[in-house]
Amino acid sequence: MLGLKNVKTTMIAAALVAGTVATSLPATAQESIYVPLFTYRTGPFSGSGIYIAEGMRDYLEMLNQRDGGIGGVKLALEECETGYDTKKGLECYEAVKDKKPVVINPWSTGITLPLIPRASVDKVPVLSMAYGLSAAAIGDTFPWIFNPPATYWDGASMILTYIGGKEGGMDKLKGKTIGYIYLDAGFGKEPIPLLEQMAKDYGFNLKLYPVAATEMQNQSSQWLNVRRDRPDYMVMYGWGALQPTAVKEAVKIGYPMDKFVSIWWPSEDDAAAGGPQSKGFKALNWHAVGDNFPAIADIKKFVTDKNLTQTDKSHIGKVLYNRGIYNSMLIAEGIRNAQKLTGKKVITGEDMRRGLETLNIDAARYKEMGLEGFAGPVKLTCADHNGHFATYMQEWDGSKYVKVSGDIKPNMDKVSPLLNAAAKEYTDKAGSWPRRTEACDKAS
Amino acid sequence: MDILYKVFIDPFMQMGGAPDLLVQTLWEGLVAGMLYALIALGFVLIFKASGVFNFAQGIMVVFAALTLVGIYDLLRQWGVPSGWLAAYLALALSLVVMFGLAFAVERVMLRPLVNQPDIILFMATFGLTYFLIGFGEFVFGGNPKRMIAGELNLPSGAVEFKMAGGFVSMQKIDIAAVLIVSVMVGALSFFFQRTRIGRALRAVADSHKAALSVGISLNQIWVIVWFAAGVVALTTGIMWGARSEVSFSLQIIALKALPVLILGGFTSIPGAIVGGLIIGVGEKIGEFYWGPLLGSGIESWLAYVIALLFLLYRPQGLFGEKIIERI
Repeated sequence: MLGLKNVKTTMIAAALVAGTVATSLPATAQESIYVPLFTYRTGPFSGSGIYIAEGMRDYLEMLNQRDGGIGGVKLALEECETGYDTKKGLECYEAVKDKKPVVINPWSTGITLPLIPRASVDKVPVLSMAYGLSAAAIGDTFPWIFNPPATYWDGASMILTYIGGKEGGMDKLKGKTIGYIYLDAGFGKEPIPLLEQMAKDYGFNLKLYPVAATEMQNQSSQWLNVRRDRPDYMVMYGWGALQPTAVKEAVKIGYPMDKFVSIWWPSEDDAAAGGPQSKGFKALNWHAVGDNFPAIADIKKFVTDKNLTQTDKSHIGKVLYNRGIYNSMLIAEGIRNAQKLTGKKVITGEDMRRGLETLNIDAARYKEMGLEGFAGPVKLTCADHNGHFATYMQEWDGSKYVKVSGDIKPNMDKVSPLLNAAAKEYTDKAGSWPRRTEACDKAS
Repeated sequence: MDILYKVFIDPFMQMGGAPDLLVQTLWEGLVAGMLYALIALGFVLIFKASGVFNFAQGIMVVFAALTLVGIYDLLRQWGVPSGWLAAYLALALSLVVMFGLAFAVERVMLRPLVNQPDIILFMATFGLTYFLIGFGEFVFGGNPKRMIAGELNLPSGAVEFKMAGGFVSMQKIDIAAVLIVSVMVGALSFFFQRTRIGRALRAVADSHKAALSVGISLNQIWVIVWFAAGVVALTTGIMWGARSEVSFSLQIIALKALPVLILGGFTSIPGAIVGGLIIGVGEKIGEFYWGPLLGSGIESWLAYVIALLFLLYRPQGLFGEKIIERI
């Protein structure tokens, strides 16, 4: 039993230690670059979220372990679990905001949308990599939001281009029926204006099959509708449990899997859910699958082999794990760029915005990073925060995804006018949307 | 006129024009309804015995299914060969775990709260929910898992038959689900209606004090009922998990039990079954024939509309007890 005196002594010692830690924290923060990572390793969407969280964290941790951070400054990484819940995501944002984050990765369109108006006030760049508000690609209107390498509208146009190619030309889409099954939330609704416009322009019928988050594992009604409507192609914008269930249901009704095309989110597990009959299922992608890259070898050497991560080793090289790596590669290059532009080692959110606006990753740079051939070049500008880069189509062969197309470029003739109109509509609705005052760098 | 035609004529024309699709929709509704009924049954059992709406029933489904898959993986790591032996061993051990959970709930949660208002017990089930979410994620991780349906000798593939120029397809796993749920409901009904423990349970449901006065052990009854709810949760988890995957998103499915309970009454086993079937078939028919008129995706709220319509005529639910309070 501790005596009263001992308790007192212990408490004083504890207070001293606490005081020391408290006073040392700001000094540590000064010497590092704070990068919060909004992740979801739990909840209904963890099936997708775990891979992303692992890839994202492991790459940045590898830079810390191998290089001592970026430009000699360690990255202070902190995960905040959102559960893909907008409310929790905003709580995460409020929790990290005062720690001067250089970038926010919401990893949810639902979380990204309410952050858009806040980011410019708080001067924190938001990197919504290939998700979020498509119109945020317009840097003049949304200087703090970045969504490379392609928007959801680009994705929808690329899927239609691919389908058009299969049919022998976009004019052959006339009279066809294209079904769109989607998560009935901000993310899934995002490409509908573009799909509706393209349905008018190319004369195809668009059938919508919304799936509420509560019905992700209970989709039989929607697939009965698909069976009745017999769409020539099915397009999917799904996430979490929606995707494997959709693949299973498509197999169940005997839908031809080679005509079932998804945006870039299904993992290998999602495609495999339908068993051998899900062969032929397709999804867009823009980066390599597999672990045959020096940078990923370094992740194994410096992070996973040293047990500095929660990563399941079998996940390394899977499509969504590599997506997480790609996301963190953009963060790291943004930081490096900002350091170069400002001459500072410890950068701010404002510096990061400049770094991202002048991002220029070419083939040579990919090679230097140990990611030769991992993905296509990325070049952003002050005006274009997305790049609208090409993707390719990958097909599930029963055990892995294989590339089945060359580069597919977005249909910018259709996407650009809609993006501009959507940006204007957004700012008009917002009432007093501030004009961009941030200067553009020369490199941009 | 066009809208009247679309609402009142066209759906019935479709039913007559494509009877295969009507039968398919009814079958899907029947399967979904049986599975909703199974979830609702878990709620009813506990509500009957303790007057508590068990908010944790949804997560119990996830926890039970994860336990089964987790133990199966563990057994394989320990050298038990993959297949039916490991699967049935895992099933038996999962039942032991669910019994342990029932015992722990009674000891840690219910016993200290005896004689507390029902709302306190209800709030305690919230606590249990969050504990099971955290504990489940800690032990099993957040990764979705494949249900070991094949290893449990559950059938795969489909039975198809031609009908009026079309076809009706029935998944064998769905047929198995309907049969298993029917047997389970029959067994539970027999247990609670015809056995001594069942009569004791009904006595507890009527009055805790009266039951105690004739020597019925409240604690024993609670353990039995929570274990029965655990068995129901395990069965639900296996069946839903086989249709999709075993993940924490399965707990959302439990929300489907609410309209079933509103409809069938909180205290009636037949009510849970009939309510489940009405909701299952009603929402599938509604979504398929009338959904497109409202932009599709109506089944997430249609179930509540159906339940509310019934409530207008029978506020206590179809089979619920009519409570008369004199003032």
